[in-house]
Amino acid sequence: MTDSPPYSADEMMTVAAARALADGMTCFVGIGLPSAAANLARATHAPNLVLIYESGTIGAKPRQLPLSIGDGILAETADAVVSVPEIFNYWLQPGRIDVGFLGAAQIDKFGNINTTVVGDYEHPTVRLPGAGGAPEIAASCAEVIVIVRQSRRTLVEKVDFVTSVGYGTGAGDRERLGLRGRGPRQLITDLGVLTPDPLTCEFTMTGIFGGVRTETIREQTGWDLAIAASPRVIPPPTAAELAALRAFRGGPG
Amino acid sequence: MAEIVSLAEAIRRAVGDGDAVAMEGFTHLIPFAAGHEVIRQRRRDLTLIRMTPDLIYDQLIGAGCARKLVFSWAGNPGVGSLHRFRDAVEHGWPRPLEIEEHSHAGMANRYVAGAAGLPFAVLRGYNGTGLANTGLANTGLAAQTATIKSITCPFTGQRLTAVAAVNPDVAVIHAQRADTSGNVQLWGITGIQKEAVLSARRSVVTVEEIVPTLDPRPNAVVLPSWAVTYVARAPRGAHPSYAQDYTVRDNDYYVAWDAIARDRETFGRWLEENVYAGSPA
Repeated sequence: MTDSPPYSADEMMTVAAARALADGMTCFVGIGLPSAAANLARATHAPNLVLIYESGTIGAKPRQLPLSIGDGILAETADAVVSVPEIFNYWLQPGRIDVGFLGAAQIDKFGNINTTVVGDYEHPTVRLPGAGGAPEIAASCAEVIVIVRQSRRTLVEKVDFVTSVGYGTGAGDRERLGLRGRGPRQLITDLGVLTPDPLTCEFTMTGIFGGVRTETIREQTGWDLAIAASPRVIPPPTAAELAALRAFRGGPG
Repeated sequence: MAEIVSLAEAIRRAVGDGDAVAMEGFTHLIPFAAGHEVIRQRRRDLTLIRMTPDLIYDQLIGAGCARKLVFSWAGNPGVGSLHRFRDAVEHGWPRPLEIEEHSHAGMANRYVAGAAGLPFAVLRGYNGTGLANTGLANTGLAAQTATIKSITCPFTGQRLTAVAAVNPDVAVIHAQRADTSGNVQLWGITGIQKEAVLSARRSVVTVEEIVPTLDPRPNAVVLPSWAVTYVARAPRGAHPSYAQDYTVRDNDYYVAWDAIARDRETFGRWLEENVYAGSPA
């Protein structure tokens, strides 16, 4: 189809997420997939992307992917290093940051995120790490991008616990709750891209990676997913994108 | 004035059974040597407070030191779960663990209030994670955690969130260095350590080295000797985290911890060989 070299679904997902970030944006980055995508964007089309980690490192420029949000490389390459109260109170809370980039253990059709428990709160089947910076990132960034591998376990009808609010129970809830950012605008998975319906805010599959079948997408989604009539086919990674992504693999992806 | 003592002495005097203990350090400067000394001295019924429990509290929880955990993110950064924490929450092993959980912004503001001598702090946070007027009621953080309440701004009428101050019995941190008078200096990612020390009744600061005088460093936090209770020398005392300009983060150790902590017996052996058999730095 193209001259793109072979690539994995995870690489396609990371590349698609990187493309969602425009040059010059300020981006609050979670560790793992979000960090990989944000660093890829900075290494390719968005050299002036400002990476902000919750450890207080503003404008970090790591040469390889950090394992944690507080690796030494982030502080050493940052424009400014501030305390934890300052990063949340002065930088995130007033709405200075364009994009929040989050992962999720569960996400529902209205973009609400669970990273707290699977099952009952008092007697969880799986105890997850908890909130971290996510609730306020989801509330206060101008917009949010979520990146997760798509499966019935992850994309669920209703999350077991609302750690971070997306659109609540639907359109209008964010305004009612006083959440000032616009909420999750893209959900990027290893099968394609979901975006909120302009009226209902329910996530709809509007972009599909090459070679992914719609039956697979439905099988891997825990709600009765709407798929756009003619979804955008997302171009495969370019050789340059793949090379940049793989060059980061000095650290874990 | 801070007393300069051995690590064992500092922990013996500062940390008692049943105390609320905050060991802070946000990825950087985590006071592991002090944590291991608390395990060695077999403290019990502690309320452990920490934004990111990390491996240090996985170890203390697995060793049976904790009754309660107050936290905002309990994972092994970039690796996965804290298995000893999960075992305690999911199966009550080695003993049940009460939890009180927040977001990072919430915890950070609780320390700020504690350091400022205020009963609570105000933030825009937790909205929609438990308010009764949404279909999301009774599931989110604000619904689960008693130290989070809604508050109305007396000037604008805006609905905001209040979080109760945290005032630990003792704060434990690691810093790059202190001088011979006990003044403490730390730099790099300084996290929440200043607020932790100033919010606590007592404090223990372990340091990489004790020097005659502190020369200025950009962006450094300085804690004057009279604001600190005990200073103890503990070189490499932040391992496997790091002390900028002294040590680097041991990422391999964080990865290896997953297999050690996953199994109770493997963890028990690790504890015997690396903590109980070890001597204080």
